[in-house]
Amino acid sequence: MNSTARIATIFRREFAAYFTSPLAGIFLVIYLFMSAVLTFQMGGLYERGQADLRPFFQVQPWLDLFLVPALSMRLWAEDRRTGTIELLLTLPFSVRDLVLGKFLAAWAFACVALALTAPLWITVAWLGSPDHGSILVGYIASALMAGTFLAIGAFLSAFTKNQVIAFVLSGVACFLLMVIGFPMLLDFVSGWLPRTAVEAIAAMSVLTHFESMMRGVLDGRDVLYFVSVSAAFLFLNGIVVEWKKAE
Amino acid sequence: MKELIAARGLRKSFGSFEAVRGIDLIVPAGQVLGFLGPNGAGKSTTMRMLTGFLEPTAGTVTLDGIALADDPIAAKRTFGYLPEGAPAYGDMRVEEFLHFVARARGYVGAEARARVDRSIERLHLEPYRRQLVDTLSKGYKRRTGLAQAILHDPPILVLDEPTDGLDPNQKHEVRELIRRLGDDRAVVLSTHILEEVEAVCTRAVIINEGRVVFDGTPKALDAKAAANVTSNRLDHVFRMLTTSDTGGAPRTKAASR
Repeated sequence: MNSTARIATIFRREFAAYFTSPLAGIFLVIYLFMSAVLTFQMGGLYERGQADLRPFFQVQPWLDLFLVPALSMRLWAEDRRTGTIELLLTLPFSVRDLVLGKFLAAWAFACVALALTAPLWITVAWLGSPDHGSILVGYIASALMAGTFLAIGAFLSAFTKNQVIAFVLSGVACFLLMVIGFPMLLDFVSGWLPRTAVEAIAAMSVLTHFESMMRGVLDGRDVLYFVSVSAAFLFLNGIVVEWKKAE
Repeated sequence: MKELIAARGLRKSFGSFEAVRGIDLIVPAGQVLGFLGPNGAGKSTTMRMLTGFLEPTAGTVTLDGIALADDPIAAKRTFGYLPEGAPAYGDMRVEEFLHFVARARGYVGAEARARVDRSIERLHLEPYRRQLVDTLSKGYKRRTGLAQAILHDPPILVLDEPTDGLDPNQKHEVRELIRRLGDDRAVVLSTHILEEVEAVCTRAVIINEGRVVFDGTPKALDAKAAANVTSNRLDHVFRMLTTSDTGGAPRTKAASR
């Protein structure tokens, strides 16, 4: 059995696990409800009089902050608490298979949630003539951002047997990765930090790259940012699994 | 007889604590090895090194001719393992869980279903196959763990307390199964129950504080007891081998650190 088949085995188990608890249902209802409320009420999708989904995409980072850690918190903490980690690591799987299978399952679930917001796209397409290309880029950016947050959450989940701790740590970590791109914070530090340092900080923020993609341009540098941050945390995830497995 | 398990010079340290201090275990096919020792003697740690869950601090493990350190995935195909506490996914039904293990072992479609059915049948889990693992009693959860371990008919079985939590009838059935499986396989099982060694094992290994203190047949173990001991002879030998010579009382784990 090759690595792809092994990853697929883990993927199936982990993806199904979301649906065996009420988590999947609760997650989808809250995500879709909050997306709609924030898009229409706060974002004023209709009042703006523009056929695009900017208000929807603008709230995505904030929704992800609370909801993505709920998807990633159980990935390793649960296996460590129940001892199934020992079973997984003594079945013919490599740590890499497990890390990728679990991550892809959580990411696929996040993408399903995102796909269920398609009625919004249909609505603006029906009411006006939006730029479908930039909406598609917006969806790609949202999926990439969710993936990055999930990779961070999976990494932190491997540190603990307690899902609540994993949830809180992931929320805080994702929040920090966002706020370092805030104009307010950047203005504040620009007073006493050299310009290149400020730019470097801003370049590390999820928000900087997400908003850059919001302009509707698929820039390789933004995609590279999300992919490389995700890959780095997945790599670290494997190391933490090996390190913490027997505790 | 072919050497199925060959562990040489196994050592494991956790920080400054040496849990296993040089253990050699060579187990050929057709042998059922009972692994005994007081709590904290290093039984589970040794079994975790045999199955690749823990990397030894020193020493090597070769399973059916495959070095665990060189090709862990191939080596992990050679054995079935029941970890301590029989962990299983509580949110899955018994047959779903076994299906997951079958897929992990590389079986698909009809072959996977046949393997799952055969395993369920061997452990008498038929009435519980649609039940969630979380809702099983301790004995049936342990049987599910055993069903998972024998699903691919491996040449090697490593079972950490396979009869713990079973009622006397279940214990009897599982011992019969292990004895049958042991005819042409290498089986290592840990236990706290000394009669179990007499009932199913062809070899007994007692460890204490990370070292082997007895290695021989259950009969030889029994012979070590003084002639005037008439009841619980094995218990007597066990205490003799695993307690300090001076005090006579078992040393606690904390005191041995």
